[in-house]
Amino acid sequence: MTERLVAKLSGPTVFRVVWLPGSDRLRGHCWCGTPHDSEDPVELWEWLLAHPGTHGGHKSIDTPEPAPDELQLAGSPG
Amino acid sequence: MSFVRNQWYVAAYGTEVGRELFTRTVCGESILFWRTEAGEITAMADRCVHRRFPLSEKPSHLVGDTVVCGYHGFTYGADGGCVAVPGQTRIPRTARLATFPVIERDSFVWVWIGDKDMADESLIPRAPWLDSPDHTTVCGMEPLNARYGLLVDNLLDLSHETYLHGGYIGTPEVAHTPITTEVDDETGVVSVSRHMDDAQCPSFYAKSTGIQGRIVRWQDIEYFPPCLYLLHSRVAPVGVYPKDDGTDTDGFHVEVVYAITPETETTTHDFWAVARDFALDDEGVSDFLRDSNRTVVLQDVVALDKLEQVIATEPENYQELSINIDTGGLAARRILKRMAEAGAPQKQVAR
Repeated sequence: MTERLVAKLSGPTVFRVVWLPGSDRLRGHCWCGTPHDSEDPVELWEWLLAHPGTHGGHKSIDTPEPAPDELQLAGSPG
Repeated sequence: MSFVRNQWYVAAYGTEVGRELFTRTVCGESILFWRTEAGEITAMADRCVHRRFPLSEKPSHLVGDTVVCGYHGFTYGADGGCVAVPGQTRIPRTARLATFPVIERDSFVWVWIGDKDMADESLIPRAPWLDSPDHTTVCGMEPLNARYGLLVDNLLDLSHETYLHGGYIGTPEVAHTPITTEVDDETGVVSVSRHMDDAQCPSFYAKSTGIQGRIVRWQDIEYFPPCLYLLHSRVAPVGVYPKDDGTDTDGFHVEVVYAITPETETTTHDFWAVARDFALDDEGVSDFLRDSNRTVVLQDVVALDKLEQVIATEPENYQELSINIDTGGLAARRILKRMAEAGAPQKQVAR
């Protein structure tokens, strides 16, 4: 059911952080597609906001987009 | 946190500004607002260039499309230029009030704080529901004796509804439901979404929509730093979702809009509005939502005023603790910091 996707922003430079279901872990995705897991949102944002500097601000062709099911799960009641 | 300059800020509702002199301080700038006889809004420094008398103070007054200082009679036109001084015919070349780019949009009066050459009105984020015939809006503004960053923290993390606003808009599910947070690296827009599929219906929605029983409740935040915050709220009976074609005639939609405008480093104008797409002509629903939302806003005001007092007395480098619910607020803080640093060279308001 696509309407239940929680992801809202759709531009080419969107960082996304989902709350992994059944855990206290966060999974962030740089807008290049590279994921990074953390239990500390401060550390996660530092990693995310610094990451574009590691790929020159270009979107990687080797890293996947976040899986849609991952986004859906983030909206389920805990 | 220092002010983010070179940005548009909401200074007032359009209805607040008329043929009476009106003042509001935005990012430390005392600004005088009035409408010309043709209805155009003007925004200029609220200080006479002569002896700094506030032009918003009586007996200052409007005469046609000029404002006359109530202290010595310096008189200024709608462009801020001085057109008359007392006792002499020569008007000093520097007798001119600083003016501010000003735009009326979506019922708000937006002013640009910073370099006037950068004041692109296409940068103003939109809240079209506020003056749309398809919605009915209630609104207000509460003074907050706290720095604006505390209100940003508050609004980006709605899990506090469960505790601070229990019985009004808070239910247990809000704090217990995970969020998805997004940041557009290019635009700085922050999105925080919390979708509850089976939640208690708080009185705010039960009484306004008439829904009995449990609900689907979606909270989709869009924050356009530094000033505009939108909460797209959807409620519907459990199991009722938008149709596959995107229409949503069985859902109730409330657009909760905040404009977060710094007044000083430690005070904030807390503009709030609630626009709904149901019961459009029901005055009882309007009265209920106005009273309820103002109650909720004032609960925040009390808490944030207290928090500002705590911060003012705590030692420097106090270490706070952040957890998952803070993901959106932390993102907003970083975007605001980046924006403040980018605007830092613009120390002076263009005159």
